[in-house]
Amino acid sequence: MSVPVIMFFACAALAVLGAVLLILAREPIHSALALVLVMMSLAVLYVLLGAEFVAAVQIIVYAGAIMVLFVFVIMLLNAGVEERTDFSKFAKYAGLPFAFFLLLLMAHWLWRAPAGAVIASGPGAATQAISTRGLSTQLFREYLFPFEATSILILIAILGALVLARKNE
Amino acid sequence: MEFISHHPVLVASLVKIVVLLFIVMTALAYLTWFERKVVAHIQSRWGPYYVGAHGLLQPLADGIKFLFKEDVTPPMADRFVYLLAPFLAFALALTAIALIPFGPPSVTIFGQPALMVSNLDIGLLFLFAITSMGVYGVALAGWASNSKYPLLGGLRSSAQMISYEVAITISVVGVLLLAGTLNFNGIIESQRGYWRYLPFIPRWNVVPQIVGFLCYLTAAFAETNRVPFDLPEAETELVAGFHTEYSAFKFAMFFMAEYANMITVSCLATILFFGGWLSPFPDSWKWQLYLPGAGLLAAGAYLAYDTVTNMRRLHRLQLAVVTLLALGIGAVCLHPAVALVIQGPFWFVTKVLAFLFFYVWTRGTLPRFRYDQLMSFGWKLLLPVSLANLVFTALWIVVRHG
Repeated sequence: MSVPVIMFFACAALAVLGAVLLILAREPIHSALALVLVMMSLAVLYVLLGAEFVAAVQIIVYAGAIMVLFVFVIMLLNAGVEERTDFSKFAKYAGLPFAFFLLLLMAHWLWRAPAGAVIASGPGAATQAISTRGLSTQLFREYLFPFEATSILILIAILGALVLARKNE
Repeated sequence: MEFISHHPVLVASLVKIVVLLFIVMTALAYLTWFERKVVAHIQSRWGPYYVGAHGLLQPLADGIKFLFKEDVTPPMADRFVYLLAPFLAFALALTAIALIPFGPPSVTIFGQPALMVSNLDIGLLFLFAITSMGVYGVALAGWASNSKYPLLGGLRSSAQMISYEVAITISVVGVLLLAGTLNFNGIIESQRGYWRYLPFIPRWNVVPQIVGFLCYLTAAFAETNRVPFDLPEAETELVAGFHTEYSAFKFAMFFMAEYANMITVSCLATILFFGGWLSPFPDSWKWQLYLPGAGLLAAGAYLAYDTVTNMRRLHRLQLAVVTLLALGIGAVCLHPAVALVIQGPFWFVTKVLAFLFFYVWTRGTLPRFRYDQLMSFGWKLLLPVSLANLVFTALWIVVRHG
């Protein structure tokens, strides 16, 4: 096995472990940390796919900004240990089979897609390494309209949050 | 030897990491000595004086003290996170230094660039990715201690670091626009040469980006939680802030992480605004090759005088060793081959030391901000100014180059 393949399986396992811990942890901060672990592992997977820029942005935005805000809010509100109720019947009898079905579907789809082959042959072997310049050219030439539309959408969301958070005078 | 020829990248990287780690740990130890000494002289004191000549063995004594002190974990603390926080802070601080190029890539070892551990295309972004994770160490330490002062310190610190991270990132984008690359060596190479109308001033980014530089410097002080932005550990209000409950070597790890962050931030300022490992003098001035050696020999001469005039026999002995080291290394540096290799690191380290001195100087001079002043300064002054600088730079580039 080559180094990229080992790295892939190690980080994929870490990501799954983080996701499971995120659900099982009872302390909100532990859940947040598990989510950081998931995001870091995903960033490594992006590097393996040759998308260095996306990996760095993944860490800066998700792990470095959004999750820090999560941790900050948990600390500020001093959120207590979460309480467990009995698992709902619906989740037990409908949720589990449905999750299994989804997993099968994804496995089937991934089996046919060439994505596995790309990772196995190492970074940049099948796809060109996605350079920052190439990415920005795509973003600001080809997909300029969706990009601007998204930024307006985010601006509207920020304004909405401000209006909701404003004190009534 | 066969292993080396088969895995040049792996072997070279390991060698570089071990050497860099050794140098950085020593530098961290002596940075504490440097800070105490400089602050003491600013305040008309002597600073460390008794452990070794001029307190030169003080860092060693401190290290031993940290190692042998009792390591207390508060009974109500979250044990795992309490342990994780200092490791996270220290490991991230050290990782960031691995991205810094200390000299030109032309100096090689096993066919790999010798003076940098890694040469990433997205170097600057990756550095920001690592430093943006640094908040966790402080925030988690504050939370996991389960005590009111650390919690307040951790909260303050995370709010401050998030706020100033925006300003620090935007203030360097102007440099990126001028350089057109995220690679550190590319950014440094883009600053080579002299201005057309001011042929005696190097083409360093600090000239066109003076506003960006000032914003960066201010935000960098806040990012590293240093005076005048050291509210997270304001002694008069919060005992020691986020690391109040930490003792022994866990405390030392936070301490070293802070100094490592200072070094990283100074290195980044040098790379982005002051031409990194480039010399301020033209390449045709050959005498500059002998500057490091001559400087060390001069320092050795002064140290020799100091050795003779010192009153204590033990200190005279220690100073004699330092003198001989300075003279010996200085003599080696005068050899043409060595002089060529250390030229880049010499200028880089000189510039970084100037920044570190500035850090300490500020600490000895300025009082602390109030918390609301700190926040409004970051959001209402620093961020708009750095944004304006960015817009102005972009406009200038468009007008100039179409």
